[in-house]
Amino acid sequence: MSSTIRPGGETPNDFLQIDSLLDDEERLIRDTVREFVGDRVLPNVAEWFESGYLPKELAREMGAIGLLGMHLDGYGCAGTNAVSYGLACTELEAGDSGVRSFVSVQGSLAMYPIWAFGSEEQKQQWLPGMASGEIIGCFGLTEPDAGSDPGAMRTRARRDGDDWVIDGTKMWITNGGIADVAVVWAQTDEGIRGFIVPTDTPGFTANDIHHKLSLRASITSELVLDGVRLPADAALPGVVGLKGPLSCLNEARFGILFGAVGAGRASYEAALTYAKERVQFGHPIASYQLTQRKLVEMMVKVNKGMLLSVHLGRKHDDGTLTAEQISFGKMENVRDALEVAREARSILGANGITLDYPVIRHMNNLESVITYEGTNEVHTLVLGHAITGIPAFN
Amino acid sequence: MRIAVCVKQIPDPATPYDLDPVTHRVVRPNDQVLDDTDRFGVEVGLQLAEASEGTVTLFSMSPSGSLQGIRQALAMGADKAVIIDDENLAGSDALTTSRVLAAAIEREGFDLVIAGTESTDGYTGVVPQQIAELVDVPSLTFARKVEVTDGGIRIEQQTAGGYDVVEAPLPALLSVTSGVVEPRYPTFKGIMQAKKKPIDTLTAEDLGFSADQVGEAAAGQTITSVEPIPAREAGEIVEDDGEGYLKIVALLEQVKVI
Repeated sequence: MSSTIRPGGETPNDFLQIDSLLDDEERLIRDTVREFVGDRVLPNVAEWFESGYLPKELAREMGAIGLLGMHLDGYGCAGTNAVSYGLACTELEAGDSGVRSFVSVQGSLAMYPIWAFGSEEQKQQWLPGMASGEIIGCFGLTEPDAGSDPGAMRTRARRDGDDWVIDGTKMWITNGGIADVAVVWAQTDEGIRGFIVPTDTPGFTANDIHHKLSLRASITSELVLDGVRLPADAALPGVVGLKGPLSCLNEARFGILFGAVGAGRASYEAALTYAKERVQFGHPIASYQLTQRKLVEMMVKVNKGMLLSVHLGRKHDDGTLTAEQISFGKMENVRDALEVAREARSILGANGITLDYPVIRHMNNLESVITYEGTNEVHTLVLGHAITGIPAFN
Repeated sequence: MRIAVCVKQIPDPATPYDLDPVTHRVVRPNDQVLDDTDRFGVEVGLQLAEASEGTVTLFSMSPSGSLQGIRQALAMGADKAVIIDDENLAGSDALTTSRVLAAAIEREGFDLVIAGTESTDGYTGVVPQQIAELVDVPSLTFARKVEVTDGGIRIEQQTAGGYDVVEAPLPALLSVTSGVVEPRYPTFKGIMQAKKKPIDTLTAEDLGFSADQVGEAAAGQTITSVEPIPAREAGEIVEDDGEGYLKIVALLEQVKVI
């Protein structure tokens, strides 16, 4: 037996040693984001959450590191692999789901369609500024009456000479009120198409949604397009049909299935620390069997979620990841994270309802995360279709 | 300006690590991290290099393992790294470490050597000064602020009661305290490029040292025993009987903070 010095104490947070599945570069990217979140997000996020605010300057700071559009190649983007992008989402969401949402929307929903379906001119014009965080983007797909069923959208783009004229309303748009550019999806005579809409175009209005009790450190808006006139080259030339926006959502959902694990992990860590320190009936509450059961369930969910995420990330990187597998990850990891956050809240007792601890913030945020980017129900039905061959929602 | 920055990979302070019961040496895991204090030296080096169109070369003596820590410093922006990785070096004392690093730095050529004040695993705190002596340049130690002068470097040297202003012509050695600058985050592009940056790996023999001149064989210093950190004892509780502040003042005077 060697003598052992344990300066950091036991670290139960990576019980399965998932770290060993990552390479140096992935760990360094993960550690860099973890440090950034520790420096810039954690000290401030309770205040942002309480006041319903996300500082716009955070975009440039994240752009300087390379967080925005990080898994895209060229045009000022870092060009990391998908696992690194996922790990960054985990760390951001361990800070706050709102901060991770900002990065998901910018990179996967606003930059990705321009990168994947845009013309060379469109890429040159928009992507470098969006990668640096000077230009903030949003993504307009969901409408007041078209959520899980985006094909029912009413927003319409019609030709007027060479121009396009767009009318319609988009709802629940993350970053809407702070965006410089919106990627808006609209019905056309050819099918659904994407348009790059500078938000200072006449007829474009963003109305921020207030009274949210979830994702408060995130701007959510309604976009109103009233006769918005755009030149012919505003349309994304590379895609027609719902597969355009759905491919963006797949990218974003991939980030979310990693991200949710971060929110769960942060909740579990807070609960574990609290349970070991909080003394009732003369003992730390961690010594009671009911609490240990809760802590173990949380630890298992967090580790299992990370293992699933890394596996799906490796499949993304080798080009074999399917949309149904993303549904598996998004459905399961977000549900688990929400359960972990709720259990953590119960362990923290009354303290758990305050912003002095992160758990109720994560818990409330995850109520949005379980609904957006494909509700838990829709992902369940996607998987039901996959295993039975019978589509339940057509 | 050719800037040499000494860095060290150490076991992650956040995770447990072992000491060998016979040799008393740290059992080094394959994955080590950049000593946090070295990030300040790297940042100072990068800032000085950026201002002078200079280069930053990292020097490190350790079993290379995964090189994660070295890559972190390269990802911050350093140009290349020179690693001295040789099993004969195991058990080297601080003076041998300094001799080896000094030989590697002289072989590469330099205008300025930068180091942290001490490593977070060994804490000997003498390597920077020894290197300065061995490469025969003035040493500017414990810098809390650094500026370039005409042909030299001027620092604010941290002292117990404040700071001294010290300056020296180049070439020179500089040891920096934590907090001298705010180290930058490695950028993702930097992280991606780091693996393409040159890392030269040398042995002690490459630097002209025979096996008996380094390592345990040449150590003039031995670690005679190691003990676990004693459990923290309960602190002294001062009951405030209305004049508790006097006792607190007396205690603060006793530890010489006022």
